Amino acid sequence: MNNGRKSRFLFTATCFGIAFLYVPMILLIFYSFNKSRIVPVWGGFSTKWYGVLFESEEVWEAIALSLKIATVNASFAMILGTLAGLALVRFGRFKGRTLFSGMISAPLVMPEVITGLSLLLLFITLKEFVGWPDQRGFTTITIAHITFSMAYVAVIIQSRLTGMAQDLEEAAQDLGAKPLRVLIDITLPLLAPGMLAGWLLAFTLSLDDLIIASFVTGPGAVTLPILIYSRIRLGLRPDINALATIIILVVAIGVLVAAWVMFRQQKQRELELSMSEEA
Amino acid sequence: MSQSIDYNDRPWLDPEAEPFIKVQSVSKHFGDFTAVDSVDLEIYKGELFCLLGGSGCGKTTLLRMLAGFETPSSGSILIDGVNMTDVPPYERPVNMMFQSYALFPHMTVESNVGYGLRRDGIAKEEIRQRVEDMLAMVELTQFRKRKPHQLSGGQKQRVALARSLIKQPKMLLLDEPLAALDKRLRVQTQYELMNIQDKLGVTFVVVTHDQEEAMTLSTRIAVMDLGRFQQIGTPTEIYEFPSSRLVATFIGNANMFEGRVTENGIDHVIVESKDPACSFYIDHGMSIAEGSKVWVALRPEKIQVSKQPPGDSNFNCIKGMVNDIGYLGGTSTYRVLIGDDRIVEITSPNLSRPKDGNPPIDWDEEIYLSWEASNPVVLTK
Amino acid sequence: MSDPAASSTQSRLLHRLSHLLQRNWRSLVLFIPFFWLLLFFLAPFFIVLKISLAETIIASPPFTPMIEWVDEGIMHIRVVIDNYAYLWEDDLYAKTYLNSIKISSISTILCLLIGYPMAYAIVRSSHTTKHILLMLVILPFWTSFLLRVYAWMGLLADQGTINNLLIAIGIIDEPLRMLYTPFAVYVGIVYTYVPFMILPLYANMEKIDWTLLEAAADLGAKPMTTFFTVTLPITLPGIIAGSLLVFIPATGEYVIPDLLGGGNVLMIGRVLYNEFNANIDWPVASAVAIALLLLLVLPMMLYQHMQAKQVEAE
Repeated sequence: MNNGRKSRFLFTATCFGIAFLYVPMILLIFYSFNKSRIVPVWGGFSTKWYGVLFESEEVWEAIALSLKIATVNASFAMILGTLAGLALVRFGRFKGRTLFSGMISAPLVMPEVITGLSLLLLFITLKEFVGWPDQRGFTTITIAHITFSMAYVAVIIQSRLTGMAQDLEEAAQDLGAKPLRVLIDITLPLLAPGMLAGWLLAFTLSLDDLIIASFVTGPGAVTLPILIYSRIRLGLRPDINALATIIILVVAIGVLVAAWVMFRQQKQRELELSMSEEA
Repeated sequence: MSQSIDYNDRPWLDPEAEPFIKVQSVSKHFGDFTAVDSVDLEIYKGELFCLLGGSGCGKTTLLRMLAGFETPSSGSILIDGVNMTDVPPYERPVNMMFQSYALFPHMTVESNVGYGLRRDGIAKEEIRQRVEDMLAMVELTQFRKRKPHQLSGGQKQRVALARSLIKQPKMLLLDEPLAALDKRLRVQTQYELMNIQDKLGVTFVVVTHDQEEAMTLSTRIAVMDLGRFQQIGTPTEIYEFPSSRLVATFIGNANMFEGRVTENGIDHVIVESKDPACSFYIDHGMSIAEGSKVWVALRPEKIQVSKQPPGDSNFNCIKGMVNDIGYLGGTSTYRVLIGDDRIVEITSPNLSRPKDGNPPIDWDEEIYLSWEASNPVVLTK
Repeated sequence: MSDPAASSTQSRLLHRLSHLLQRNWRSLVLFIPFFWLLLFFLAPFFIVLKISLAETIIASPPFTPMIEWVDEGIMHIRVVIDNYAYLWEDDLYAKTYLNSIKISSISTILCLLIGYPMAYAIVRSSHTTKHILLMLVILPFWTSFLLRVYAWMGLLADQGTINNLLIAIGIIDEPLRMLYTPFAVYVGIVYTYVPFMILPLYANMEKIDWTLLEAAADLGAKPMTTFFTVTLPITLPGIIAGSLLVFIPATGEYVIPDLLGGGNVLMIGRVLYNEFNANIDWPVASAVAIALLLLLVLPMMLYQHMQAKQVEAE
């Protein structure tokens, strides 16, 4: 009946959607191997822009700074976000819960310009009254990133905890484990995959952030997005295409490996399940 | 003494026995909702006690208060003479088997079973030994290195049981212990549970919504509804002498007739019902005023059917027409139309094979229903 | 601190605090993130609010203090609402705000039109295909946002790939002006935000019992009728979630209007950024931030709060 037409429509829509998402990125990669300085005009194959990219000390420094910020940020955000998620899901009602849950979810809907502006003004005020931070850069960017990425971690942890039956924690208590023991023995190990996901998300958010970092950064602290932005504002640059290619490849390989590992785990589990049913 | 032997199986009858668990006017409110409404309960050592009721009747909340996961809004809970009302679950001498089994997915069978002992700081060697014994008892020794997701439903159930018994609790709480198993396995596991309980002598408190399960397992049953106990008694008492219409219809089937007491003798009571018109002669006296409104409950299997009117048709007899027959093999269920719209259900054993394929009683046949004077149960509520 | 009384109070306070934490680890779990958010999330807003009520001066910091100590300890509080009056009078701000809302609304609808069939197709496809498609949708999210915008600069430029292609096959003779127009901004927003629409829609559709559609068909509904009377209503929560995830950040967007819209597309995030960094007018920038907060973020948060309440009630 109509099924054929419907599925053909869905198929076409999906193909167009995927093409829409990927053609620009493929072209980005394609033109990184362009000899010509004018990006979208093909002038023959060349890898010289990769050389140009890595000759620049700036680029190396920016990559190092961004990775450093992202790592520290992800670790702090994971801890703080997990604590926040635990408090929100497992502590029932407490004083200031509405304020707390509001503050946790607000960064998710806050325009970056507002977060950036307000944090910069905070740092300036703090310096005026407390004398800290005396210089803006790594520390201020990291603090800013932790503040918004912990919200994302908290959301992941909250949804994990809500989905996780409270039975397991109660069973541990019933067998004689005090609440802190339950947290260490049961809750945290079960939350580990969620915490890992949160860490990765916080890491990526930090690597990707331009606006907040450019508000709260100081002299000399140039993150990778700030560097890229300062270059592409003035127009297309083949060395940025080279950089984009590298980033896309790294991410793609990472995602593929992760997918492969998950696929293997699932196969393993299915195998074990079928074994147990036979037993 | 011969008397004390009698009491061994029925400690609740012993006037001198001290109850092991005392629940004293315990209530639990969740906001405006009253889950448990001022209940009193005494459970004796070694009992297999069932809390039976539909969903939302408060049975699980009561169990969770015994385990310590919920604190009563009022009242107190004593276990072995110690007030446990505000004691947290990790300090109570009771353990619980969860409906979902709640096996820790990141631990092996062995570490799941040994978890409770490790929390008590018992020596490693002793833990190993006790875990081994326990696994042998539930016949899971060869699975001890497996993770829960590598086990079948029945195996998981046994791990959960082993884990909750290893601390030798004074009382084991079981929340719908058999609900997650399929029908065949459930029956088998029922008897296993009873054997283990018998062997260890631990007091079991079981929550269930399955009346058949409650009847098979328990020494006593408490029927719960709307946060209160409707009746507490042995399976036989509850089935044969229900105290209310609710209990009579919740446990098994019952045909219910509304009527008035017309005669109250020393050794008998007569109840007249209008719809259908019938006189019930009950062969024992009751302390009930003449003229008061009562209900008479009759179990389907306690009614006889015949094509001819029985000897004395003034009492305990009604005429009806077969409306529906359900053939179940061992028994048949007859739905008999009395008057215009009243249906009475009868279960009758198929004692002999039908001749020429014709059933002894056929559809639309006129038949007589009758019963012994000891069978009707008179209920006042 | 040199004041001995103050320092002893301080140490007593610290002692009591540590005692409290030892006794109750739950407080610790709660205290750390709570304190962090109070300091780095809530406090900044009060500073923004304060500065928005000050006057711009050429100094460092470039605004007047709110509290001044006039001689002999008389406290003088100076609050100016000029900045808000300025936002009201200069219709640039109102226009920019409305333009931002317009751009993000239209982009949200476009994302929905592209994302809905895709999410639907993903949910209804077979196990393996589903995972591959999902991964394809998520993957761009992990790559740099900035570079994805940059990719469109290369596509839309006067000498960009699209123009080159169109000229090569003879459809046009002169390059179309696409980069630095509102069109480029729409493309950029839709491109970067469409995964945010697909994922919540997918999460919502994944939970739906699809036999409902068969039931509707069985009861005589035509495919179109089924879609409007069954599919659309039950996927509405996903539509709302996805739309919010696109609409809110798109409204405050800075990078896309800056890189793809050039100076021609006014959006509120960009105005705020420029007011602060280029014009060094902190009080006005703060007033814009507060206005944006009240007009966009607060309604959204209230809506979310109400949604959460409703879910809890159910």
